[in-house]
Amino acid sequence: MNGIGQDVWMAVVTCFAAIFTQNILLTTFLGMCPFTSVSREVKAAIGLGVAVVFVMTFTTVLNWLAYYWVLVPLKLEFFRFILFIIIIAAFVQFVEMVVDRYSPKLYQTLGIFLPLITVNCAILGTSLFMVIREHSFIVTIGYGFGSGVGWLLAILAMAGIRQRLNESRVPEGLRGPGITLIIAGLMALAFVGFTGVLS
Amino acid sequence: MSKAPRDIMLDGLWRDNPIFRQILGICSTLAVTNVVLNTAVMCVSLTVVTMMSCLTVSLLRDWTPRNIRMMVQTLIIAFYVIIVDLILKAYWPEMSRNLGPFVGLIITNCIVMGRCEAFAGSNPPGPAVLDGMFNGLGYSFILLAIAVLRELLGMGTILGFEIPYFATPYWDKWIIMVMPPGGFFVLASILWVCRSIGAKEVKK
Repeated sequence: MNGIGQDVWMAVVTCFAAIFTQNILLTTFLGMCPFTSVSREVKAAIGLGVAVVFVMTFTTVLNWLAYYWVLVPLKLEFFRFILFIIIIAAFVQFVEMVVDRYSPKLYQTLGIFLPLITVNCAILGTSLFMVIREHSFIVTIGYGFGSGVGWLLAILAMAGIRQRLNESRVPEGLRGPGITLIIAGLMALAFVGFTGVLS
Repeated sequence: MSKAPRDIMLDGLWRDNPIFRQILGICSTLAVTNVVLNTAVMCVSLTVVTMMSCLTVSLLRDWTPRNIRMMVQTLIIAFYVIIVDLILKAYWPEMSRNLGPFVGLIITNCIVMGRCEAFAGSNPPGPAVLDGMFNGLGYSFILLAIAVLRELLGMGTILGFEIPYFATPYWDKWIIMVMPPGGFFVLASILWVCRSIGAKEVKK
């Protein structure tokens, strides 16, 4: 019992660490491509962010199961890149079909973002980090969810700032991606301030 | 649909440079640009993977059904990434540990996929390899520039060698440069410089 309690506690700590001190976007630059292109509007940012949280949590858990129950016993660890990609693509496809079938309204708001997610480096990155850091199953749940929420937080903040930016005059060469990167840098700087909160 | 080799090279290196023209593929590599050596290894891996994937996609282009081509391309890319990863693990385990998951993340790097889809899928193998190579090189030179700036300003060294003045106490080390925010700032500055130069060229 004590073992499980400790695991759950570790999961909570890992979850918060993934959101604040090791934010997947601001400390490892993963998921930059959709980040610079979709963060123009708050509404789109929320849609994509929520989809990422959902997909990331489930695919990380599924990949954990596939890695430790299938690949490790078969000694096929090097095969993980291909397996993870296939699982992520299949899962996204499956969710798309389910959402389309049972909730057309949700499909309209979330559906266009789902295909984008398959190629989101942050999703594959989370799974690969999960393997390298040797997280246990319960910790993996917390880690996958936390990484997703961290990404959502970052893209939401960015979208909010960029909407305000429409009225300001940015030097010509910096417009678009340039200024987005500078803002991301400032946000990353702010997040560095969280270091030491969790250790 | 035929481009002169010279145009392919110039497009990849400068005119259509994957980073500052198309803002593609910064995800998987920016994280390792705090040290020049790691960046160099990453850049070589990425260029090799892009070249080989372009070659394979181009060779198979007549036998790949249109509707599943994405899946085929992903598998081809993943195949080469696994080879690179295994080679690194076997011959340079220390570097493999430093790079962590980032070698694997070349699979989702938009540049590799982008070149396969945009060029290799509809061109013969020769130009496809050239295109893949020069896009990889165009990408590498910007990343190496970022890495050199970050390591020099942050630690006063390049490739681990101490640089006069920057390694002495006269230079206050900008620790922030080797931390993640530094990566964002340096990339944004380089983007700014390159785009401004590009805009002037267009005006001429």
